[in-house]
Amino acid sequence: MYENNDPRTLAYVGKSVLRKDTSEKLTGTATYVSDMVLPGMLYAQVKKSPHARARIVKVDISKAKALAGVRAVLTGDDLDYRIGLYIVDKNILAKGEVRHYGEAVAAVAATSLEIARKAVDLIDVEYEVMQPVLNHMDALKTDAVLVHPDLGSYEFIEAAFTPVPKTNIANWTKLRKGDVEAGFAEAAYVVEREYDNPSVQHVPMETHVAIVRWGARDKVTIWSSAQSPFTVRNLFCHTFALPLGNVRVIVPAVGGGFGGKAGIHLEPLVACLSKKAGGLPVKLQASREEEFSLLPCRSALTYRIKTGVAEDGRIIAQKMEMFWDAGAYADYAVNVTRASGYSASGPYEIPNAWVDAYTVYTNKPYGTAYRGFGHVEFHWGVERHMELVARTIGMDPLEFRRRNALHPGSITLTGEKITSHTGDVVACMEAVARSIGYGKLTAAEKNRELATGRKIGKGIALLQKAPAMPSNTATAAVIKMNGDGSVTVNIGLTEIGQGSTTALAQIVAERLGFDIGKVHVMVDKDTESDPYDWQTVASKGLIMSGNACILACEDLLRRGYAVASHVLKACVEDLAHDGENVYVRHDTENCIPWRSIAIGYAYPDGKGIGGPLIGVGSYIAQGLSNLDKETGQGKPALDWTFGAHGIICEVDPVTGEYAVRKVASAFDVGKVVNPALLRGQIVGGMIQGLGTATCEGYIYDDAGHLLNPSFTDNKIPTARDLPMEIETIVVENSQIDGPYGARGVAEHPMISVAPALGNAIQSAVDADLAHMPIRFEDVWRAMHDKHPIDNWITKTPAGSCRSDPAARIHTPDAAISP
Amino acid sequence: MRINVTVNGIAYEKDVAENRTLLRFLREDLGLTGTKEGCGAGECGACTVFFNGKTVNSCMVLAVEANEGTIETIEGESSGGMLSRLQEAFDRHHAVQCGFCTAGMIMSARELIHHTPHPTVDQIKEGLEGNFCRCTGYEQIIEAVLDVTGGYTAKEELIHV
Ligand code: FES
Ligand code: FES
Repeated sequence: MYENNDPRTLAYVGKSVLRKDTSEKLTGTATYVSDMVLPGMLYAQVKKSPHARARIVKVDISKAKALAGVRAVLTGDDLDYRIGLYIVDKNILAKGEVRHYGEAVAAVAATSLEIARKAVDLIDVEYEVMQPVLNHMDALKTDAVLVHPDLGSYEFIEAAFTPVPKTNIANWTKLRKGDVEAGFAEAAYVVEREYDNPSVQHVPMETHVAIVRWGARDKVTIWSSAQSPFTVRNLFCHTFALPLGNVRVIVPAVGGGFGGKAGIHLEPLVACLSKKAGGLPVKLQASREEEFSLLPCRSALTYRIKTGVAEDGRIIAQKMEMFWDAGAYADYAVNVTRASGYSASGPYEIPNAWVDAYTVYTNKPYGTAYRGFGHVEFHWGVERHMELVARTIGMDPLEFRRRNALHPGSITLTGEKITSHTGDVVACMEAVARSIGYGKLTAAEKNRELATGRKIGKGIALLQKAPAMPSNTATAAVIKMNGDGSVTVNIGLTEIGQGSTTALAQIVAERLGFDIGKVHVMVDKDTESDPYDWQTVASKGLIMSGNACILACEDLLRRGYAVASHVLKACVEDLAHDGENVYVRHDTENCIPWRSIAIGYAYPDGKGIGGPLIGVGSYIAQGLSNLDKETGQGKPALDWTFGAHGIICEVDPVTGEYAVRKVASAFDVGKVVNPALLRGQIVGGMIQGLGTATCEGYIYDDAGHLLNPSFTDNKIPTARDLPMEIETIVVENSQIDGPYGARGVAEHPMISVAPALGNAIQSAVDADLAHMPIRFEDVWRAMHDKHPIDNWITKTPAGSCRSDPAARIHTPDAAISP
Repeated sequence: MRINVTVNGIAYEKDVAENRTLLRFLREDLGLTGTKEGCGAGECGACTVFFNGKTVNSCMVLAVEANEGTIETIEGESSGGMLSRLQEAFDRHHAVQCGFCTAGMIMSARELIHHTPHPTVDQIKEGLEGNFCRCTGYEQIIEAVLDVTGGYTAKEELIHV
C-alpha cells in the first residue's frame, strides 16, 4: 500500500522490535489448549486401525461402555457426517472400511485419561483384512484397488477441482501454455527424468488438541490448537448444518503449526463425544504417535519433467507430470496439487508448457498442507532437473538459470506478466552465489580437501511461491482506542510462532505514529469477538492483515480527526497528530490529547461528543481469478516471493557421508519489517528444509504399517545439526500492494534447501541424486550408480524394495540429443 | 502413595498414583503447566525440569521418585515479576517463536551455564541437543546463551544487497 517510504522516516518498520508475546511464553504462563482443564471435563481416546485396508466386520463396545467412568463411546455407525475441505470424502469415524493405518474406528470419553485408555483397549474390532494399494503409481493402474469406489458421488468444489470417478484420482489439474510438442520438435536437446520424495511429518512441538463443549440448543464452543479458527467454524457448521452463530472457536497460544493445523481435524469427533456425553466438555490431545498417523502428513510426490532446450540454452518447452500421494483422504492434497500445478516450473519462463498434476488416493495416512504447500517437494525435482539440463548441454548451471529465470516482462505458466515490482530471483541467486564462492574452491578449501580426504562441493537452487488461496480471500482488522490513548488491535490471524503479532504492531505503530508500547495486538483468537480472517496459512498474514491494519488505522484517524475538528474548531484538513495529541498544523498549541477523545470527549460544560474511537479495515485479494480448468490460465497469485539457497558441503568420497558447512539464503521480501523476526523465519525454515533434505520421511512395510511414528525412528534436526555457517540475505524490491512494500516469506525458507544440497553433493562427488531425503547411503548408492532407495514402502525398515519398479518409468540416461 | 516434594521453593505434600509421571504431577496435580509434553517418551526435551539440581526429562521420571526431592521449573525462573538474565537474553535475541520448547530450552541452558559458565558454540549445541525446537532453527537460541555468558559479538541480523 505504501511503496518506497524513505527508511529514514520510518520509526518501527525495519527495526528488530522485540516480540509482543514473550512475557508469557518465557515464563511458562502462556496458555495453550494442551494446558487447559475445564470444570467437568472428560478425556477422549481413539481406537485406531492396525491395518491399512480392511472391512470392519464388527465393533463390540459393550465392555468399554460398562467400564466405570466412561461417559460416551462412539463408532462409525453412530455418526452420519462426512467432512472434507474440498472433496467431502472422510467419515468422522471409519464406516464399513478402514482406509489407512492409524485411522480412527471408535472413540471414548471418560472422566480420566487412564479410564479412557482402558476403555479403548476394551473395544473389540473384528476386521477382514484386504489388500491395500500403497504406492501411488500402482494406484493409477487400471486394475488398481479403489480407495474410494464412491468418489463419483462425493460433494466437491467444482470451480477448482476435477476428481475422476472410478479411479484413484482425487483431482487432475491441467495447464496448457503454447504448443509443447512444437517446442520439443524445435529443441536442440530434450532432457527427461523423474524425481521423488516420501511423506513427512510436520512435527509441531505441541500435538493437535481440541476441547469441545456441545451445549444445550446446539451452542458449541471449541478450544483448539487450530491455525484457522474461522475455517474450523465454517467447516464445522457445514458438516453439522448449524448456523455460524451457534459455534464459537477459541484459539489461545499454539505450539507450532506449519500447515498441519490448518483446516479442521479433531474438532468434529470431539464435538460428537461431548454431545453424546450430555454436553460436558471433552478434550482430545493426540499422542506423538497419533500425530504421525491419525493426523495428516505431507504428501509424497513423484515428479516427471521433460525439458526441450535450444542451442543457446533457452528452455523452449517443458512437460511436467506430478503424481501426488494423497493417502486415504483428499484433505489439502488436492489443493497442493492445484497450487503446485500452476507453479510447476519454479521461477523460470517456459514459453511452451504442459502440466498434468494428479492427486492419487492410496491406503496410507493422508496428506495435508505443510509449509511450502507442495513447493518444497516439487522444487526438489525442478532444481535437480535444471542442474541436470545445464550439465547435459554443457552450460554452467548458474548461467543456465540466469538465462531462463523469470525477469520483468516474462510470462508465467498461468499467463501473468512479471514486473519490476514482482521481485528479483536472479538477484537472490547472485547473492547466495557470491556468499558461498560458487564455482570454485578457495585455497583454504583446497587445503582442507587435502587434509581431510573429503570433497567440498557447492550448489545453488532457486525458488518461488505465491499464496495458494481462493481468489477472493479476505481479512479485516479492528483497532480500538483505549481511554489512555493506547490501542488494542483485533485480527483473526492466529499467532502460531511466526511473529505476525509483533510485525502487525509495528505496522500499526508506524501508521498511527504512536509509540509501539501503546499498541497491543491480541494473541488469543475468538471467532465471536475477532473480525473474520480466512486462514493463517500461505504466507499471506503480513501482506493481507498488514494492509487491513493500515486501513483500520486510517479509519481510526479519520474518526479521531472528526471529533477533534469540533473540539479544536478547525477544519479536518488543517489537523495533524503525533503519538499524544491531535493539533492544528498552523497553531500547534491548539491541540487535544488522544486520551481525551479516545472514548468520547466531554466539553468543559459537561456536554459529550464522539464516543469510543474504533477503526475498521477490510482487505480482500484483488485482481485474482479462478484458473481455466482446461488450460490453467488465469491469475492465482497475490504476490510471488522469490529466493535462493547456496550450500557448501563436504562429502566423504568413499562412504558418502557428508556435512553441511554453510548455507546462504536470500529472499526478495519486498521490505523488511522486522530483521530479527525475519531471520528467525529464514533460519527456522531453512533448518526445517534441511530436515526434509537429509533425514525425515515415513517408512512403511509392505502391508502399509507405518514403521517410524516416533522421534526415535523419525529424526528431526537438533542444535547439533546446524551448519557451521549460516548467512541470511535480503533483497528489497517493494511490493506495490504490500504494507510498506512487504511481501510474505514464512514458507519460502524451507523450499529448495534439498536441491541446493543435492547440487552441492553432486558437485563434490558426482553423485546424481533423484530422491530425497538424501541419506548417506543414498549418496553412496548414487556414487555407485545404483537406484536411490525407495523410502516409503519397504519389506524391512532397512530394505530397498520398490513395490513395483515397472510402474515407474525412470530415464536415468537422460540426455537425448539429436 | 503420599509424597513430600519441594517445587520452586514451595513444599507440597500430595497423594500420587505410583505410575504418575513427574510431568503429569507438575502439570495436572500442581497446575504448573509451563513445563510441556512434546513426546512423552524422553526424546524431545520439552518436559525438562531440575530434579535435585540436575535436569531430567520429567516424562521419564515417576512422581514418587521425587519424594523428598527438590524440583525447579520454568515457573521459578523469574522472580518478583522480573525475568531472569537468561529469559531477558532469549527475548532480546528472538529465541522464542511458538514458545512450546522454551521452558525446556531455558532449563537445559541454565544447566549448561551452571557447569560451563563460558561455553563455546559447540558446547552450547551439545548442551541443547536434547531439546527439539521446530520453529527457530536454534541459531537465535544459541546467540541468547552466548549473550548471557559473555561470548556474544553483535552482528547484523541480515545482509542487504
Ligand atoms: S515430553 Fe519428555 S522428552 Fe518429550
Ligand atoms: S519455539 Fe516453537 S518449538 Fe521452539
